[in-house]
Amino acid sequence: MGSSLFEKLWSQHIVDDLGEGMCMIAIDLHMLHDLSGPSALKTLFDRGLQVAAPGQTFATPDHGVATMPGRTDDSSEASRRTLPAFRRLCAAAGITLFDIDSADQGIVHVVAPELGLTLPGLTIVCGDSHTCTQGAFGALAWGLGSTEIMQALATQSLILEKPRSMRVWIDGALRPGVGAKDLILHIIGEWGAAGAVGHALEFAGPAVEAMTMEQRMSLCNLAVEFGARFGLVAPDATTIAYLEDRPYAPTGAMWDDAVEQWRGLPSDADAAFDRELVLDASDVGAQITWGVTLDHVIRLGDPVPDLPADPAQATEIRQALDYMGLEPARALVGAKVDQVFIGSCANGRLSDLQDAADVVRGRHIAAGVVAWVVPGSQGVRRAAEALGLDEVFRRAGFEWREPGCSMCLAMNGDMVTSGARCVSTSNRNFVGRQGPGARTHLASPATAAACAIAGRIAAPGDPA
Amino acid sequence: MNPGYPALVESRAVVLRLDNVDTDVITPIARVLEGPAAVVRWGFETLRFDEDGRPRADDPFGDPRRLDAQVLIVGRNFGCGSSRETAAAAVRGMGFRVVIAPSYGDIFYSNCLKNGVLAIRLSETIVEALMDLGDALATFAIDLPSQRLCCADLDTGFEIGALQKHLLLAGLDEIGLMQSRASERTLYDKRDHHLRPWVRTRPRND
Repeated sequence: MGSSLFEKLWSQHIVDDLGEGMCMIAIDLHMLHDLSGPSALKTLFDRGLQVAAPGQTFATPDHGVATMPGRTDDSSEASRRTLPAFRRLCAAAGITLFDIDSADQGIVHVVAPELGLTLPGLTIVCGDSHTCTQGAFGALAWGLGSTEIMQALATQSLILEKPRSMRVWIDGALRPGVGAKDLILHIIGEWGAAGAVGHALEFAGPAVEAMTMEQRMSLCNLAVEFGARFGLVAPDATTIAYLEDRPYAPTGAMWDDAVEQWRGLPSDADAAFDRELVLDASDVGAQITWGVTLDHVIRLGDPVPDLPADPAQATEIRQALDYMGLEPARALVGAKVDQVFIGSCANGRLSDLQDAADVVRGRHIAAGVVAWVVPGSQGVRRAAEALGLDEVFRRAGFEWREPGCSMCLAMNGDMVTSGARCVSTSNRNFVGRQGPGARTHLASPATAAACAIAGRIAAPGDPA
Repeated sequence: MNPGYPALVESRAVVLRLDNVDTDVITPIARVLEGPAAVVRWGFETLRFDEDGRPRADDPFGDPRRLDAQVLIVGRNFGCGSSRETAAAAVRGMGFRVVIAPSYGDIFYSNCLKNGVLAIRLSETIVEALMDLGDALATFAIDLPSQRLCCADLDTGFEIGALQKHLLLAGLDEIGLMQSRASERTLYDKRDHHLRPWVRTRPRND
């Protein structure tokens, strides 16, 4: 029997097998950010330990930085408090920091791939659950708690329990106007927010093979919202073309050797999985969440659910609808929208901004709507500005801001007003996630843009 | 390092009949920024307090007969979402040493063990039965060394890896264990560096 991509990555990184599925796994790349990085480094130094591999550790502030143009450390309370220490600790450890004024600053999971730090075959960790985004490259990439960050810094390894393996096989092709975000929201809606708990999840099949790297990243970004700590896509010609000549990618003969090895990573034809799901991408329509967990999702245009007969389920749905200010079984399209957020590690890359710009070009957002575009990185910002997208958005009434996590988790002062309805391209619709009392609807960049224009929940093709 | 885990935990339980309780609900980001005391004081904030910070009448943690509860029983996918370890620290800081649920967010599960909280996975049917017992103020007894959970006439085993159990009982973290594998590590690095020389040095090309 052959091996899966996950099996190959796992076995290649075993330093020592500790029995019962527990392994000491070598870490190849560690990314730090400003929320969990400073405290982990401080705890490490307080214990008299050192960073084992500073050359394999990179840092950038994203969670707490302000996003208004002309920002400094002092523009947000969070960055005023954390950035001086983050700088000092990274310097003391010899860790490269893409600082707030660096041309390479941005959201960790956007920056690492675009710089070519992310490579197929690597183990990649970061104190952020959406590290699974980078699994799109055929890397074993996962999020850590703060104790594990410190352990990884100290030893460049972690002790992990081997997860079960799972594959989502996606036949067919996405219909025009339907994005990777819609696809993964649909999958979570079908199989539940805990559908992949305890599994390393590979996305495969013709629909995945046809995707760009940016689409694959959006797909893998939400693997954790499906319950999987690891999301994976096998590396192929698309992956290799994306990485060639990136600043930190290997070069020359080493590049050739690397590519040769990466060609051996995809799952063998006879690889077995503990669990396998199959769907057809052409059955998927645009999606939008209506509630407070990721499986509270419907096809855009469908009504929100009615209260089911089961009392426990009815209570859950009633509470979610109450929080969201919605009534059972009623249309969601047409509900008044107050704020729109386009950005995040789910959908803050160039093609996401292009999808949104295509909807807003030559139009204007509805009166009373506050709409933001927050590019995922300085690289994305520059590329978008070179295409004139910043002007497209500004003319349409959007704010064009500096890179960071921003309103996805609302720790930098960017937030949704209590009780306000926000259509967001981020990845979490949890109670209070975008600010206390915030009502979040997750959707694709095209849908979010259409909602900003209409001032209501709307589909990209709808007349404003 | 944590103090060692007690051989026997005996207490009443708090019951949360909710699925998908995420780590933003356990420790909202604003409280995370306020520091370790605030994440405990305001743990599960939206379930316990109204918008003005007043205790809610239906606060599931507010029952005076359960104030010393060390057992928390929750629905599916407990601790999903953000990797923030404050969520596990808050559960521990609120006095809980055992959580019982059908499933957990994978990152939260490992964070619990690293914060002296035993996270037990049991079938939905058993968790339902335990929730009923918890509601009826029954006393739960959890014996980690023998991996048994008893409550009234319900007696069940539970799974935990031998290594995790050892570390939890001894209050150890994994650093010492990994450092003790220095020779294996040297061998691994030598072999892997030969195979993948692009991993350990990352020069910038532009």
